[in-house]
Amino acid sequence: MSLDTLRLTAEEANVLLSAGEVSSDELFAAYRAAIDERDPELHAFLHVCEPDGGSGLPIAIKDVIGTRGIPTTAGSKLLENYVPVFDSTVASHCKARGLRILGKTNTDEFAMGSSTENSAYGPTRNPWDPERVPGGSGGGSAAAVSAGLAPWALGSDTGGSIKQPSALCGNVGLRPTYGTVSRYGVVAFASSLDQVGPVAKTVRDCAFLYSVIAGRDACDSTTVDAPEVELPTVEDLRGVRIGVPKELNEAEGIEPGVSDAVRAAIDLAAGLGAEVEECSLPRSVEYGLACYYLVAPAEASSNLARYDGVRFGVREDGADFREMVMRTRSGGLGDEPKRRIMIGAYALSAGYFDAYYGKAQQVRTVIKREHEELFERFDCIASPTSPTVAFRIGEKAASPLAMYLSDLLTIPSCMAGMPGLSIPCGLAGGLPVGLQLVGPQFAENALFRVGHALERALGFDGVPERLR
Amino acid sequence: MSISRDEVLHVARLARLELSEAEVERFQEQLSAILDAVSKVQELDLSGVPPTSHPLEVVNVWREDEPRRSLGVEEALANAPDRAGDLFKVPPA
Repeated sequence: MSLDTLRLTAEEANVLLSAGEVSSDELFAAYRAAIDERDPELHAFLHVCEPDGGSGLPIAIKDVIGTRGIPTTAGSKLLENYVPVFDSTVASHCKARGLRILGKTNTDEFAMGSSTENSAYGPTRNPWDPERVPGGSGGGSAAAVSAGLAPWALGSDTGGSIKQPSALCGNVGLRPTYGTVSRYGVVAFASSLDQVGPVAKTVRDCAFLYSVIAGRDACDSTTVDAPEVELPTVEDLRGVRIGVPKELNEAEGIEPGVSDAVRAAIDLAAGLGAEVEECSLPRSVEYGLACYYLVAPAEASSNLARYDGVRFGVREDGADFREMVMRTRSGGLGDEPKRRIMIGAYALSAGYFDAYYGKAQQVRTVIKREHEELFERFDCIASPTSPTVAFRIGEKAASPLAMYLSDLLTIPSCMAGMPGLSIPCGLAGGLPVGLQLVGPQFAENALFRVGHALERALGFDGVPERLR
Repeated sequence: MSISRDEVLHVARLARLELSEAEVERFQEQLSAILDAVSKVQELDLSGVPPTSHPLEVVNVWREDEPRRSLGVEEALANAPDRAGDLFKVPPA
């Protein structure tokens, strides 16, 4: 049968599979054919796998997530030759459910970036407009799903690396509650922020994939029990209280087209029966970026210390041990990881710790408390996911700070460990706009409910116009 | 600039990074700009606010000290850039 991978949802594919109308091998082959056709232009994949075991749907996996026997580069030259000898817990969960790994998707190096331009292997292009970025750091996974190269994918989110690419590529991405998905076997960037999450075409697909990967893990002591997933069915929003924080919705830098599309979606939510009310996050947005760009680099400076050429990865020779380590790291790391490692080391160093990292940890408490207070009155809060639609490749490359601003709206809730769902809510200038729904910790089901109802009412066509 | 040249060289050394002259200049400028932006955290009155190092209220996870299956030597050395027998080999100190 002829499969339209551009339109097929994971749920639909599963129905066909269960009914015996298509085999697992045929599904895998269809996505491989799509990759062969469209990936030379998009470069969503760093590695494509041969079919091997499994009886279910294919899945693409961001290349910071460890997969046994399959190269895992984290988008870095340092790990160009690294092949993990063990599976990450999330990969194990996927395999246990019969999911088959299609390949590893492109990412900003060590998950540091908002455009996938920091990948040492070249950028990924946005399926809606190949001159534009797919977002980052998980641009590969988002582009793969939107271009019909995979029915769904795994990404990872530290400051917005799942949500923002989903917004820029027009699909659904979930950043789970911190601790509900294991980080074992995932290349660490910032350990108190990193979370693996699903990227898919629909909220229901996202919810299902979350249920596959979530749960307490003995190998990751920062995990806790995840909420039991309820696949959303209700298509109205009666009884749901949605907050619209002024600071998230009127921040400087939000494009008018983005603002309009999000406003229309929020009005639609009210039309579906939700109680919508304006509210405030007085300091979380204003101080969120500063807080994140101290905490995350500090944690990264520690996490990336392991890349020393001793036990794995690419090694540069040196006359002695110290020279070998310096040459390995200097030669193998790109500029963005270097910047973040240095800012992190600075913020943690003697004499500066209290003024920078110490203060950032206190600001983190402020952000968490502000969100908790809001969630006493609301079930979720809504805003744009990204201030802009997909920008041009190269447009922000010269200014690290300009790039960091892409995360303005996704970062605050990340600092609080709270879950966030991005769903496509419209177009601005022909490019997708994402609506971000954030809830209190463990409120994934509430997010799925709101997201699903809105998705049905919006009827957004997730297939890029140029590919239809 | 907010970060001096010496400070750039200092943190580079801490992070085991060797920078070219051009890199030192470029990073000094960029890191100074970033530092200016993140210094914003110092504006707030944070007296009495405890630090948050972890988003969840979790406590240590314990288990019995029972040996379990671990990586074998060959697996552990599978990605070694250089090895000598069962050891990772590195240049001398």
